[in-house]
Amino acid sequence: MIVAEQKNIDEIRDSLEGFKSAVVAACGTCVTVCMAGGEKEALRLAAVLEIGARERGVQFSADVICITRQCDMEFLAEAEDKLLAAECILSLGCGAGVQFLAEKFPSKVVIPGLNTEFIGVNRGLGYWTEMCQGCGDCLLAKTGGVCPVARCSKSNFNGPCGGSALGKCEINEDTDCAWQLIYDRMKRLDRLEELLEIEGARDWRTSRDGGPRAACREDVR
Amino acid sequence: MPGEKGNLQKILEQGAFSVSAEIGPPMGADASVVIKKAQELKGVVDAANITDNQTAVVRMSSIAASYLSSMNGVEPVVQMTCRDRNRIAIQSDLLGAYALGLKNLLVLSGDHQSFGNHPQSKNVFDVDSIQLLYSLRKMKEEGVFMGGSKCKSPAEFFLGATVNPFADPEELQMIRLRKKINAGAQFVQTQAIYDVAKFAEWMEKVRGLGLHKKAYILAGIVVNKSLKSIEMTQIVPGMLVPCELVERMRAAGPGNYDSEGVGIALDLIEEIRKIEGVSGIHIMAIGWESIVPTLVARAGLLPRPAIE
Repeated sequence: MIVAEQKNIDEIRDSLEGFKSAVVAACGTCVTVCMAGGEKEALRLAAVLEIGARERGVQFSADVICITRQCDMEFLAEAEDKLLAAECILSLGCGAGVQFLAEKFPSKVVIPGLNTEFIGVNRGLGYWTEMCQGCGDCLLAKTGGVCPVARCSKSNFNGPCGGSALGKCEINEDTDCAWQLIYDRMKRLDRLEELLEIEGARDWRTSRDGGPRAACREDVR
Repeated sequence: MPGEKGNLQKILEQGAFSVSAEIGPPMGADASVVIKKAQELKGVVDAANITDNQTAVVRMSSIAASYLSSMNGVEPVVQMTCRDRNRIAIQSDLLGAYALGLKNLLVLSGDHQSFGNHPQSKNVFDVDSIQLLYSLRKMKEEGVFMGGSKCKSPAEFFLGATVNPFADPEELQMIRLRKKINAGAQFVQTQAIYDVAKFAEWMEKVRGLGLHKKAYILAGIVVNKSLKSIEMTQIVPGMLVPCELVERMRAAGPGNYDSEGVGIALDLIEEIRKIEGVSGIHIMAIGWESIVPTLVARAGLLPRPAIE
């Protein structure tokens, strides 16, 4: 899923400067699961903003709307009445959601309430780690199911750098060395010899480097 | 002349025991810093590595400082990391370096930028060190750029790589060394060696795979000037410093640390020279480059062999 975190409250307040009200738009997908932009977080943020405004003697009201998926026009259309009436929209969707709202409601200011971070997994209560960078050319079949693009700090394709120590990455002790993980898996699968093959230079055109990407499925269009 | 071999390659090919050192370019645009260091090393070493923004701290470019070094009597080993440049910039800079008469190239991943003075920067890692070695060998042998088009006057570097005999995971690091050599590394500089017994075991594996016959293995030596410096070295990840050596330094007492540091380095050089398959030493006297002439002289490695 896409993992996001709520922005610092002061930054959100700064973005709302000059507005007397906002509709806080929650999103029911990834950001709900990672507890950053679901209904619960939207209600809490609306309350925090209102209380904060009251304490500072400023007039401000926040209403909440839950959108099933902000990255889908169908669900944005369902929210149209309420959002068209809003003074501004504070989206708790990921970057895609914020932009799709701005596209759908060209006359409205849409403010992001979250920082969108990565495609990752949940490893325990309140802890997520990055697993995929969406490079567009998956090589997990060759690396024992551990991604060196996303999980090696240097995106090394041919083994660990000299900074791998005791299974950890040189950048910090909390980060596993992806190549240690690849090694452990390949050894266990008795496929270590495969790592002797030189993995050639990547064609990054499938990644962001080829420009903004689009996926077009003729079979379902 | 293009195509003509450099000093380091000739020395190694004629079977002499090579001596190389390092010159860290300054954190500024003062050429005299490089010139002074080169003058100190002239006639003392066969070549000197010129680091590429080591520990991700911005310094004078390796290629520019390499040129200054070559103009002042020390053959440089240009360093190129994969951290700061994409394949367009790397190839362009290396064509320029070769055009300036620089013959040796050491390819590295590069320390992560979080260690340096620009932790806010974006890193590149378009290619990794093995992919870069492979493509430079292809450029040299087949006259092609990485993108596949023809290169009329390719850069034909004497290609080097690094290896840490003590890094984890050991088995995979050996696979990686094999890959580096298969990719095109002609010489390999090791991480600093303190634990000679462990290094000798590692060399046995290297010999078992015949790698010492495919690439020249140059053993890394660090000279410590103080008790603190050897203690700090001991805690660096991937460095193996036996406690006896730290104790030996401590026992020497303040006032004698520098001479004891030299003594330790001399003993290491003597032991390492006896190990079959080691073709030379690479001295890393970080922040103490001026000691290199003394060290090389006392190790009995002067005068440097003439090129046949």
